[in-house]
Amino acid sequence: MVKINGELLPLEGKKLTDYLKEHHFSVSLIAVEVNGSILPKSSYDDFRFSEGDVVEIVSFVGGG
Amino acid sequence: MEERFARHYVLKEIGEEGQKKLLSSKVLLVGAGGLGSAAALYLAAAGVGTLGIADPDEVELANLQRQIIHDTERLGKNKALSAKESILKLNPEIHVNAYPFRLTTENISKMIEEYDFILDCVDSFGSKFLINDACVLARKPFCHAGVVRFSGQVMTYAPGRGPCLRCMLGNVPQKGEYPLCKTAGVLGAAVGVIGCLQAAEAIKYLVGAGELLTGRVFRIDLLSMRSSTASFEKADPDCPVCGKEGFSLKEHREEYGE
Ligand SMILES: [Zn+2]
Repeated sequence: MVKINGELLPLEGKKLTDYLKEHHFSVSLIAVEVNGSILPKSSYDDFRFSEGDVVEIVSFVGGG
Repeated sequence: MEERFARHYVLKEIGEEGQKKLLSSKVLLVGAGGLGSAAALYLAAAGVGTLGIADPDEVELANLQRQIIHDTERLGKNKALSAKESILKLNPEIHVNAYPFRLTTENISKMIEEYDFILDCVDSFGSKFLINDACVLARKPFCHAGVVRFSGQVMTYAPGRGPCLRCMLGNVPQKGEYPLCKTAGVLGAAVGVIGCLQAAEAIKYLVGAGELLTGRVFRIDLLSMRSSTASFEKADPDCPVCGKEGFSLKEHREEYGE
């Protein structure tokens, strides 16, 4: 299982980019942290979830 | 003891000591729009001794649905000057520096130098990254926020206490990649909530109370009334601005939309 924003999901082996697409995240507006470290944008394409990963995804809006 | 701050004196997290700190503190608000309106009024009311407020724009009718520091009589007036007028009406005992011009790579470093805490109350990611990068380089704490439609986020940066905006997002999101208040709309009360959170972060930092949103992103959606706090504790060691030496604001002019 993989923990994303506190929720346990059966995503091990799945590509991050597929997950992001399914959930309509726009890559330029999000930050992803995996097991306590920020995942650089350049690593998104190759990243697959592994059993036990703890992931935080947060999206930003502009405007003020 | 000043009667004006009586409700602060009874807060053990502020008290007389904290109030003295606020009165001798300086906060710069970049932007006197929706976020800046709410934040500036609460910081003024709280007795932050010096407020700087920068905005090159003029008050327009479509601003008044949320930018409550301005009013109908001030249409056409520069927003920084209008904000100063309202602030001094609320609390004439504080000092206000109005900067009726845009902060750019040329002037921002000098501007933030004399302030203790900076608020990102601007509306484009280009300007938000300019504030981020300049504050990181100057080792100044600041509170980032963004808001559109019914929701927004707040994150605080302080040197050595977690990631900066560039750690989080990498490159500057370009216009067209994100919704703007002008085209997507924004609820005035939503901007007010987020701006008030920024004011609270500044006050907490200045008096040294509670836990800041450093290494954390607080998000709230007023439609569903759901909120969340995501922890991003460590800065990116490869971040070009907070992780490495030699970052130059001027080389990133285009990203900032200058
Ligand atoms: Zn950084």
